[in-house]
Amino acid sequence: MVRSSTDAAALVHARGLTKHFGALVAVNGIDFDVARGEAFGFLGPNGAGKTSTMRMINCVSAPSAGELSVLGLNPVTDGPRIRARLGVVPQADTLDTELRVDENLYTYARYFDMPRALARQRTRELLEFVQLTDRAHDEVEPLSGGMKRRLTIARALVNEPELLLLDEPTTGLDPQARHLVWDRLYRLKQQGVTIVLTTHYMDEAEQLCDRLVIMDKARIVAEGSPRRLIDEYSTREVLELRFAIDARPGLDGKLAGVADRVELLPDRVLLYTHDGEAAAAALHGRGVRPESTLIRRSTLEDVFLRLTGRSLIE
Amino acid sequence: MTGLLRFLEHHALLYRRTWKGSMFVSFISPLLFLGAMGFGLGSLISRGPVGTVDGVTYVAFLGPGLLAATTMQTAYVEATYPILAKIQWLRTYDGMLATPLTIGNVVSGELTWMAFRLMMAAVTFFIVMVLFGLIHSPLAALAILVAIVNGLAFGAPILAFTATQHTDSAFSVIGRFLITPLFLLGGAFFPIHQLPKLLQDLAWLTPLAHAVTLARGLTTGHVASSAAIDMLVLLGYAAIGLVAATITMRRRLSK
Repeated sequence: MVRSSTDAAALVHARGLTKHFGALVAVNGIDFDVARGEAFGFLGPNGAGKTSTMRMINCVSAPSAGELSVLGLNPVTDGPRIRARLGVVPQADTLDTELRVDENLYTYARYFDMPRALARQRTRELLEFVQLTDRAHDEVEPLSGGMKRRLTIARALVNEPELLLLDEPTTGLDPQARHLVWDRLYRLKQQGVTIVLTTHYMDEAEQLCDRLVIMDKARIVAEGSPRRLIDEYSTREVLELRFAIDARPGLDGKLAGVADRVELLPDRVLLYTHDGEAAAAALHGRGVRPESTLIRRSTLEDVFLRLTGRSLIE
Repeated sequence: MTGLLRFLEHHALLYRRTWKGSMFVSFISPLLFLGAMGFGLGSLISRGPVGTVDGVTYVAFLGPGLLAATTMQTAYVEATYPILAKIQWLRTYDGMLATPLTIGNVVSGELTWMAFRLMMAAVTFFIVMVLFGLIHSPLAALAILVAIVNGLAFGAPILAFTATQHTDSAFSVIGRFLITPLFLLGGAFFPIHQLPKLLQDLAWLTPLAHAVTLARGLTTGHVASSAAIDMLVLLGYAAIGLVAATITMRRRLSK
């Protein structure tokens, strides 16, 4: 990454950004920059500091220490001016259950001081965009989780934000609903909207992010594009073995030297290698007989495991 | 200012659906109380040895007292459950604060809306008093203003307290140990000077005793010389509540 020249134009710029809640350090001196037009991700397990970081970017929570600028402005003093140009999708839906679907968008547009006619027009367009037009006059509560999420995303787009912040946009959604959300986010990205998202799903980060940071215990432990992180911290392929419970003891010796690195997880053994087939054959030759064998490409999960020694979703 | 207006618009949108019901309630309640207590109980008093309370008929004594007590109750309800819902259960404020709206807009907006609701309740109550023939001077309409400020004197500090709560269990405590005793003993149904000295002193510490005295003076035409002090006490409670609510809401909503 070319630092000095792009920093001035960064939509979000953080140096040594820190957040304390009493004795708890939620975010511990992190540095990052988000460039215009990019999709930037915070990947990490629950409690890594992702949401605290997001709440500082959307000017709700003031940093305890360090530098932070959003759209070139100071979030502590220019909150309303920054938020006028942001779209925020919070972790838990904050839809107004006393209002109908279309009224949720309309009142939100009014919070941005949008003229009534324009607010109504935006409401129509956005319902179309998130495929909820036929539910426009319904109450919010009976909507499915995926529909509520889409409505929340539509609501965040009401002011045509330059920067869209999404905190775990698809957590708790079924696969179909997730893909629909991803599709909409992908379209926004193509339209040039800058996206910052948090997730603990590596497939989500790989699907959506041009660049991401991996957070663990309030710090950033790695940064790069999904591809680069995988190349840097993992191998091309992973051989996953599952054993019967009583077959696990005494395996260690037999696994040595077959792969670049071995991870013994509670439920399976991961062997990191550039050639999964060759490793599987070598093990077979040594008399290792797993219950099941899977050869797959490395993912960000493997990167995370490598960096922290822990699985991402615990 | 724009933020405050936009905040109020949200309330207005919801109120359009519920105003008929809430107007009906604020009309029926004084009708029942003034009818049953004022005329029912009042007829016993008028046949008694004295025949009046503090020099006026019982219903004329009761009306302004209940007017003030009613806005206290309205403010208590408005400042507790719906506010905690928007902080915590529905997270409405979180949604609002992701827009140009500020925490200042939220606090001033809630109190402005509360004042509007108090006004609706007080005006309705006053109309019932007019229908019952209890109002004889246009000046008496100032009792509406007294009732609104009284509501804010309770509502603003309670709002500040609500912002510090994570469950609604304390609200029923406030209801049982503050609002209901004040409603019954705070001067609406009988003169405070009939209470034991200790309770009298306690009653004068609350806004209600001052509001009742003011409102009663205005509707019966005997405004006391201490009226300015009574009004200052009410305004003081409201002002302290506003400052406290700004602090506690800011602490709560900007984590």
